[in-house]
Amino acid sequence: MSDLVQSAPNSRSFRWQDFFARHGTLIVLLALLVFNMIATPNFLSVRTLNVNLTQVATIVIVAVGMTMVIATGGIDLSVGSLMAIAGALAPLIFLGKIVHFGNIYVAVAVAMVVSVLVAGAFGWFNGWLITHFKIQPIIATLVLFIAGRGIAQVVTNGNLQAFKVPQFQFIGLDRWFGIPVQVIVMIILVAAATWTMRNTLFGRQILAVGGNERAARLCGMPVSKTKRWVYFISGICAGIAGLVVIAINSSSDANLVGLGMELDAIAAVAVGGTSLSGGRASVLGTLMGALIIQLVRFTLLANGIPDAAALVVKAAIIVAAVWLQRQNGARA
Amino acid sequence: MTQSITPTGSQGISKTIMNGLGRHGVVLALALLLLFGAVRYEHFLGLFNISTVLRYNSMFALVALGMCFVIMTGGIDLSVGSTAALGSVVAALLSPYGVIIGTLGGVFAGLVIGCINGLIVTRLRILPFITTLATMLAASGSALLLSKNQSVSVSYESGFTELGQGDFLNLPIPAIIAGVFYIIASLVLNLTSTGRTVLAIGGNEDASRLMGLRTDRIKFLVYLASGGLAGLAGVILASQFGAGQPIEGVGWELFAIASVVVGGTLLTGGVGSVGATLAGVLLLGLIFNILNFENGLGWISLSAYWQSVIRGLFLLVVVILQARLSRPND
Repeated sequence: MSDLVQSAPNSRSFRWQDFFARHGTLIVLLALLVFNMIATPNFLSVRTLNVNLTQVATIVIVAVGMTMVIATGGIDLSVGSLMAIAGALAPLIFLGKIVHFGNIYVAVAVAMVVSVLVAGAFGWFNGWLITHFKIQPIIATLVLFIAGRGIAQVVTNGNLQAFKVPQFQFIGLDRWFGIPVQVIVMIILVAAATWTMRNTLFGRQILAVGGNERAARLCGMPVSKTKRWVYFISGICAGIAGLVVIAINSSSDANLVGLGMELDAIAAVAVGGTSLSGGRASVLGTLMGALIIQLVRFTLLANGIPDAAALVVKAAIIVAAVWLQRQNGARA
Repeated sequence: MTQSITPTGSQGISKTIMNGLGRHGVVLALALLLLFGAVRYEHFLGLFNISTVLRYNSMFALVALGMCFVIMTGGIDLSVGSTAALGSVVAALLSPYGVIIGTLGGVFAGLVIGCINGLIVTRLRILPFITTLATMLAASGSALLLSKNQSVSVSYESGFTELGQGDFLNLPIPAIIAGVFYIIASLVLNLTSTGRTVLAIGGNEDASRLMGLRTDRIKFLVYLASGGLAGLAGVILASQFGAGQPIEGVGWELFAIASVVVGGTLLTGGVGSVGATLAGVLLLGLIFNILNFENGLGWISLSAYWQSVIRGLFLLVVVILQARLSRPND
């Protein structure tokens, strides 16, 4: 939205600073790729690509929903716990512990749909708390952050559910046309969200709510409805990511699935250039943000630097990226 | 102890009562919970149980105290959990040199993180949420690097463990430390211009700056204090459990936020109470304690996992009540 504000005479003269600030995310990503092509042996291989994409896919899937939430000026801390709930529920269903299904394909289909919808329903509950009681999003979603993982643990009694069900695990282990399935899911979600934000009324409403909620309400926009949908979508995304994680692990551990995911997703969104105060959203930016964080970690690990040090670098990158965008925002 | 600028005049008596309920609801709830426990369980109010609860929760109390001040300025500090972990590792590494060096080292590590937070928030003007999210990762990484990815056992010869495990006048030392800090904090908030400025910043930062208050300096100090208190909590953690634990502290920040919120401090800043925050910590801590006693009676057996569900429900009830009670007159 800031593009509109920039005065015309300024934009005629080309300024490197502006260019860098505006396309910083992309430039950093390209720089990382070039560096790796030179420094890291065997970087340009399908295998490396697949390793990185598989690792980043769950974060991106969650971050897509998070981007929309943040675009409305909100935040969703509950995503990690919702992943745990979906991850706990799905095996209970397809292993026939609740109702016995004769056909494994039916069981898996029911398990997937139900667990993702349950996560979505909890997301809807977040939205309801926020819109009906006017509770700040950070507190409203804190409730499920705390209680959600507990629910998943209570449902499974804290036990690890191990399984070997290829009919289900394709979502984390198989490849279609040489591309890991969760990467395809990720691409579809990113494309759908990008299209929604750019071309639909719903997308514009999200930005309007985040930009100026009062104005949006006075213009007659369905502010509460928009918000509830956004948190519902975030819940759905978290549910899908939870299924991917348990499929990869061949097991579901309610104590661990999605732990810390809320912060990874928020970091990806912030590095990707979506303002945390709402009103602006870039789903592609979020994808790039997640890729940058992943690539940095990969680069450091591939060059023999311990994972702990990578955390410190990740911190510096988040601060640097957000600061750069701020410079841009302040000038425009 | 609650500080806020309340509109006077047209409010009805019932509104005042409702407001009072909202303010002191947490103290009331704490009293009810204590009464429930005292009546129902034999040893609930015994010296051993009280001192165990206080000893364990004093770490959370210290973290929540820092968080309370940060939130009163309208900010947030997500880094406290990993800062505590870092503090515990540093303290454990320095523990052979005695309790004083160990404590100072842990607190210093916390102050460093707090200082970085304060500088980024006030100089680079990056949102506190993002800033402290980043330093949370940095602190966690530093803790893992220093400890080489494993817990560091403390020296038992130097008397370092006395800090977390010892008693003074029958009271657990960690609880005394936390108590002293709560008293100081309460005095600072209520009696000093620094305390008033903290609330003013949270109420309206621009107005405060235009009135000539040194908003950046106070904000910096608040993050510094939060880091230092988290470091101290880490020292107590190391001392109490005999090891510096680099991966401990996960989720402490959100638990601390929950305690502060349960205590009635608004996340938008400008309103807050130190005493109610302490009540919030104890309330959430007692839930676990009561769950243990209930299981001990043998009639039901709720797994420890219920604790987070119940805590979440508690938080839910509290925030809904607050939202209902604090609505503008309508």
